[in-house]
Amino acid sequence: MRHLLSAGDLDVDSACLILDTAAQLASVTDRSVKKLPTLRGRTVVNLFFEDSTRTRISFEIAAKRLSADVINFVAKSSSVSKGESLKDTALTLEAMGADAVVIRHSSSGAPHRLATAGWIQGSVVNAGDGTHEHPTQALLDAFTLRHHLRDGTGDLAGLRVAIVGDILHSRVARSNVLLLRTLGAHATVVAPPTLLPYGVNEWPCSVSYDLDEVLPNVDAVMMLRVQTERMQAAYFPSVNEYSRRYGLDIRRMGLLPPHAIILHPGPMNRGMEISADVADSTRAVMAEQVANGVSIRMAVLYLLLGGMSEDDRKGL
Amino acid sequence: MTSESTVIRGVCPYGEEPVDFVIAGGVIAEIVKAGTGAGRVIDGSDLIALPGFVDVHTHLREPGHEDAETVETGSRAAALGGFTAVFAMANTSPVADTAGVVEQVWHLGQETGLVDVIPVGAVTVGLGGEHLAELGAMATSVAQVRMFSDDGKCVHDAAIMRRALEYVKAFDGVIAQHAQEPRLTVDAQMNEGALSGQLGLTGWPSVAEESIVARDVLLAEHVNSRLHVCHVSTAGSVDVIRWAKSRGIKVTAEVTPHHLLLTEDLVASYDPVYKVNPPLRTRADIAALRAALADGTIDAIATDHAPHPHEDKDCEWAAAAFGMLGLQTSFSIAVLTMIDSGLLDWRALADRMSVRPARIGHAVGHGHDLVVGVPANICVVDPAASWVVEPLTFVSKSRNSPYSGMTLPGKVVHVFKAGKATVVDGGLAW
Ligand SMILES: [Zn+2]
Repeated sequence: MRHLLSAGDLDVDSACLILDTAAQLASVTDRSVKKLPTLRGRTVVNLFFEDSTRTRISFEIAAKRLSADVINFVAKSSSVSKGESLKDTALTLEAMGADAVVIRHSSSGAPHRLATAGWIQGSVVNAGDGTHEHPTQALLDAFTLRHHLRDGTGDLAGLRVAIVGDILHSRVARSNVLLLRTLGAHATVVAPPTLLPYGVNEWPCSVSYDLDEVLPNVDAVMMLRVQTERMQAAYFPSVNEYSRRYGLDIRRMGLLPPHAIILHPGPMNRGMEISADVADSTRAVMAEQVANGVSIRMAVLYLLLGGMSEDDRKGL
Repeated sequence: MTSESTVIRGVCPYGEEPVDFVIAGGVIAEIVKAGTGAGRVIDGSDLIALPGFVDVHTHLREPGHEDAETVETGSRAAALGGFTAVFAMANTSPVADTAGVVEQVWHLGQETGLVDVIPVGAVTVGLGGEHLAELGAMATSVAQVRMFSDDGKCVHDAAIMRRALEYVKAFDGVIAQHAQEPRLTVDAQMNEGALSGQLGLTGWPSVAEESIVARDVLLAEHVNSRLHVCHVSTAGSVDVIRWAKSRGIKVTAEVTPHHLLLTEDLVASYDPVYKVNPPLRTRADIAALRAALADGTIDAIATDHAPHPHEDKDCEWAAAAFGMLGLQTSFSIAVLTMIDSGLLDWRALADRMSVRPARIGHAVGHGHDLVVGVPANICVVDPAASWVVEPLTFVSKSRNSPYSGMTLPGKVVHVFKAGKATVVDGGLAW
């Protein structure tokens, strides 16, 4: 694996390798060894064209725990300025000798361009591109599901997961649908028809407009952030109507099987897609998702930048 | 014949029996038995003679965007592509919405002289879609504009479109519509389908084109005026146009080479060289477009030649400009998609690349069948040759060709414009 651009690029073996590596790395860092020397002398650049402190910090902690040098490069989004800045920035990073570039960009496909346009040599990690994908989010979600609903190993065969909310604009949904399919789980996307992409019936998942009907038959539900501004473009009539029909409140939580868990990629819109009491309930695993995000990003950087030496293996 | 005559020796008009074309005084002076014509000889053996191609849709970028193309470089590309006349779209800077600007473009074309550059006038002031431009002034200018278009933008206001269609009847003008319902295509990046959903790129739905085409043919019928539909890209638009023609509505339509060949699948690379408006569509659309060009529902192949400087394509998808080069590859794509597939013979290809486009835009002196007495606008092609597309060798100022590296069939060998050789042995005559 040279780059991580799409969850769809992972087969079941490479996905499980990332999850297993993350589990190993998590256990090491739990055992008070906060730092591994694995990526000493390597440079990881966080190239963020879109403001996302949470994701950037998660990658930064991951890289630092592997002893990499981390450069944070926060650039203005290039969508207005004709985008020369992506290329120019890439050439600058190349001159600095970046071994890996972690990129967040508002334009779908920007990581693909960075990886394929010939601007840089290093590995590219997609940390969220436009409305396309966010593969490390899907990996950390899979890691969380595996921990809670399986024994922490193997794939997710037979697991049933509902993904609810603004599927149309969600990179988290796209990556999750692809990775869950690869890992043998069955996803159902749930949203008003306006917030489902044209052609969603060709996706490897089920589609429903009715959340109440779906909830009793899933092992986990992922609530997606719904921006209230979508209302202006007539995707839904009002915040109240949206949350009445698609929000996860206490009544709806009661429809879930007892073992089912609730995920959210954050940041949450409390009162919109999720009510405050559900967000704070014991079935919600958002804090774990954040912690698992660091382990997953460690694993991805670890595997992309040369994997494990023999010494490293012994250290584990 | 006099010493000033030129003979194209042993050439096959429309791929039929070989003859000698004797060119003198700017016209086809004689068509005689192969080997018998007198004059300066240009070898035409194993080559096919067609009427010089006419492109009703190019962007020559001058004035205002000379970093992408000029009338001169665009004319050079056009000549090498086998064209003797091209229509230059109005979305320049300033916009070609006055007699002054269209005359400037016309004069620049005359100075270069490789092809007749026929300006298209804007329908509305500044392409703003609100106030009619001085269409009459452009029509009576030295450029004698007959085709009007806000291309790049759609004349979306139905009342403005109706008035424009009516107004140009006074001088037998035609409104060439870029059919794109703007509210259905806000931030649109590619064809709306399963792939756009997967790639996370905002969709440009077929219905945004078809709804405007449907509205406009009905408006054209209502006011009994002429409508031309630019770059038809969907099977649904083809159905609407076929229906309109069957009703006797005065509508013509064009299709681009890229919409005859390339599908949306190429967008999965996120390489902006495939970003074009209207977007690349599906295999089913391509099949419908080819069939429509074959049966005459679509009248013309038009390049929508859209040069862009390198930096406008060497970036991420959303930031990139829309458009592709077309002039130097149009003929070969036509051969690949329409001749090699058996959908058109050479006579029909000449009809779609010369005769009908000349008629649509009133390109005086162009689009005549190759008979004695007509202006000698002739394109001589080698049907058996093939070539590898290398944009770096293009005479266009820009390099944004989606065919880079492809091996294409058919080559333009010689071109005559009004009796004067503009292209000889595949190279510019001057
Ligand atoms: Zn157009």
